[in-house]
Amino acid sequence: MNNKYDVIVLGAGPAGLTAGIYMSRARLSVLIVDSGTAGGQMVMSYTVANYPGVETTSGWNISQTMLSQAKSFGCKVLTQSPVLSIDLSSELKSVEVEDEGTFHAGAIILATGGVPRELGMKSEQQYKGIGISYCATCDGDFFTDKEIVAIGGGNSALEESVGLTKYASKVTIVHEFDHFQAQPWIVEEARKNEKIHFIMAQDIVDFTGDEHLEKVIVASKATGEKTEIPAVGCFIFIGYVPNTGIFQGIINMNERGEILTDQLMQTNVPGVFAAGDLREKRYRQITTSVADGTIAALSAIDFLQQKSIN
Amino acid sequence: MLRTNLQHTDTNADFTDVVENNENVMICCGRMGPMCLPVYDIMDSIKDNYENVIFRDMDFDGPAGHNIASLPECRRFNGLPFTVYFKNGKVVAATTSIQNKKQIKEILDREFA
Repeated sequence: MNNKYDVIVLGAGPAGLTAGIYMSRARLSVLIVDSGTAGGQMVMSYTVANYPGVETTSGWNISQTMLSQAKSFGCKVLTQSPVLSIDLSSELKSVEVEDEGTFHAGAIILATGGVPRELGMKSEQQYKGIGISYCATCDGDFFTDKEIVAIGGGNSALEESVGLTKYASKVTIVHEFDHFQAQPWIVEEARKNEKIHFIMAQDIVDFTGDEHLEKVIVASKATGEKTEIPAVGCFIFIGYVPNTGIFQGIINMNERGEILTDQLMQTNVPGVFAAGDLREKRYRQITTSVADGTIAALSAIDFLQQKSIN
Repeated sequence: MLRTNLQHTDTNADFTDVVENNENVMICCGRMGPMCLPVYDIMDSIKDNYENVIFRDMDFDGPAGHNIASLPECRRFNGLPFTVYFKNGKVVAATTSIQNKKQIKEILDREFA
């Protein structure tokens, strides 16, 4: 495989694939590398109803179309290929990819998105798939007529909890704060649902059970008093964290690990751009990632043109 | 109906045929959901490196899904996909929910080397 490209894009979500489409269409040689599946978090959406110009479809379908577009214009795409190291210190930047070797490019676009936030407890891993789930649409029907817990207080947590009441006999929403971050309309819908109960301002202490999950143990933030919630299922919806660990110390970030860019998606390192959910920004949608990817691509094209002129 | 690049196991006859007539078989049984899609994608990305293994997916809600869902090794599972590894028709490993490439390769290398 060729190991030198005009631009390497790290991440094959909507931002990375869009950048790849724009740059390969501009006749640049582009390599896109992703440690997971093409589409990133977009594939987590069963239904996408607000992507302009596209009838209601799934995130998987949009991602497959974007991937096929990128490839049709000549992008080389490596998925399931973790990046082992990067060197952005010289003009020719390097990316080492597991099982594939080291690749070089004059510009890099960082578009590694976010990864689901986990509670970080050993018992969370222990009961994954035997009680703990992250996808209501996938696993909700395993809990028909059972009592379950949902953890979180954002839009996803409340929307998915309402959806889970189609199956479960009781859904207890546990949230770390005494108020929800979700939009008022979905909070109201959840509050009106008789199957949904709320336990606010709690820390998750442990998950216990024998062959499968049986209890979720929580503790009051105010008093420390522990409560055991009987539950054979627990759905965790506590948001995402930016997938930027490998760039720490190289690229400027805020305290949450989100990459800082200017309006042209330029980072503090010349020739390195960032696009999508790993950036510091207020709104995270497929459309905003696509916009970021477009701007980053055009900026990278301009950067390489200026470099060749000089 | 799954829309993947893998070969599907759609019927009871397909399932019996693939499991009984091949030494090493990996079947991922799931839906087109976010926990399942990465596993299908990993299988697709590594299948050429394991020529001694037959890779198949199966629709959990399809006519053959019960063959995997009812296995004793999957009795406790309640997170899709259910991924089952067969050697000479016998289950040698089974996992529930999403797995990463490293976890899948570890099982393939351990059971089918």
